[in-house]
Amino acid sequence: MKGIFSTKHTMFKSNAMQFFTVFYSRLLMLIILAIIWQSLAWFINSADFPSLFNVADSFVYHFSQGDMLANISVTLGRVLISFIIAMVLGVVIGILMGCSDKVNELSDTLLIIALNIPALVTILLCYIWLGLVESAAITAVVINKIPTVVVMIREGARVVDEDLLAVAKVYKLSPSTTFFKIFLPQLYPYIMASARAGLSLIWKIVLVVELLGRSDGVGFALNTLFQFFDIAGILAYTFAFIAVVLVIESLIFRPLDKRISRGIHHDSA
Amino acid sequence: MIALDVTIKDKCYSNSDAVVLKGVNFSVKPGEFVAIIGPSGCGKSTLLNMLCGLESSSEQTLLCNGKAINGNESHKLGYIFQQPRLMPWLTVQENLQLVLPVSKHETQHKQIDDLLDQVGLSGKGHYFPKQLSGGMQRRVAIARAFAVNPELILLDEPFNSLDAPTAAKLRLLLVKLCKSRGSTVIFVTHDLSEAVYLADRIIFMSNTPTTIIHQVDIDLPKPRQEAGSKELAWQAKLMAQHPQILAGKSTL
Repeated sequence: MKGIFSTKHTMFKSNAMQFFTVFYSRLLMLIILAIIWQSLAWFINSADFPSLFNVADSFVYHFSQGDMLANISVTLGRVLISFIIAMVLGVVIGILMGCSDKVNELSDTLLIIALNIPALVTILLCYIWLGLVESAAITAVVINKIPTVVVMIREGARVVDEDLLAVAKVYKLSPSTTFFKIFLPQLYPYIMASARAGLSLIWKIVLVVELLGRSDGVGFALNTLFQFFDIAGILAYTFAFIAVVLVIESLIFRPLDKRISRGIHHDSA
Repeated sequence: MIALDVTIKDKCYSNSDAVVLKGVNFSVKPGEFVAIIGPSGCGKSTLLNMLCGLESSSEQTLLCNGKAINGNESHKLGYIFQQPRLMPWLTVQENLQLVLPVSKHETQHKQIDDLLDQVGLSGKGHYFPKQLSGGMQRRVAIARAFAVNPELILLDEPFNSLDAPTAAKLRLLLVKLCKSRGSTVIFVTHDLSEAVYLADRIIFMSNTPTTIIHQVDIDLPKPRQEAGSKELAWQAKLMAQHPQILAGKSTL
């Protein structure tokens, strides 16, 4: 992100110019990738390596005939719910661990264990203990995601600027003002980073969860396509979902990023 | 108006066992401007932190108008730190809003405009601290300290690391604001001429473990001139009597 938006480069350009430069350099990379793929497909010429056009055909078919939209929205719903639960719990636990040495000592071992339990094990155990139900699926995803959020937020809470908190104390700010105006803004970059990393991790785990124990969603659809060896279909689904994530990134994360990094990246006068 | 009575028998650094203050006793009259001068690392900042309740020691009696200081006083306190310590994610206006008591939007807006006007930053309310120069950031920090209408103001070498003309301008601003408020001021510095320009009284401190080695009233009329002839003569006389005093050594 920083590399593309290098401040020195863009300082003298208007916003519109900047947008198009970035847009074109992103597009250029995609076009190169597409050309490489298409020529490889033409060169290999096998049913296992569908060309871009096969994938596009398959996409149109699944989109209009199949239940791609329904599957994607089901998966997206699961991603959203588990994302919110994991972020809220992760941030709370992370802050507690970062601020209190006692809590940190108590839960550090647990955190390392949680970080290293394979995702698959959590999923299987949740299905066995809770049954093949929606709540088991969500629980499994949440348990997988929380530890990584905690690790990042804890780092952030550890390096919170004590000098700024002293200002709050001297001027007798209320605990809630101190928390929301002085403490939490220092964690925003960490929360943002773990949200970004979180979204991609969560949707991948959701697919595994769906593959193992749900009868709808993208993961279920992929499993079906796999059984028919429909590689073009698998790729069509993949691209559809990546597109959805890209839309989320540009509609939610990027504007949010701009908003919370305000005041921090300005050059001094 | 705030009067202070300070008795510190013993105070260790917050993160070690080394004694920093040992027998620091002084009192401050209401509305008095006291400068504290001492060699670097002698615990001047620690002393200020104790006066506002950020740090404490079991061997202390700090009285503010006769009542013990514990950090929950009802009097208004302004603290100008060595660094401006503004919140980088808040605009200048929001930084001031943070410390102001909750009131109607228009009232608060007018208060902030007045404050910015007084420190010479009118129209800069929507800037973020990083967009301002170092001197301007100090001005915001000064505005923030005076925003609460402080009865007691603590300053911790606030004009350090500024170029001389900027520091001179800010000292002038400080004199003006203190005069209009009549607050009690405790000003920590290591610059004697700055202290002579601003203060009613100077307290000199020793190296650690720190005690007070000398107190002197500045009997020059106000307003004073920065590095004026009278001020320089007064300073020279003091240095002739106590040549080692800035290094924390008393000759008495």
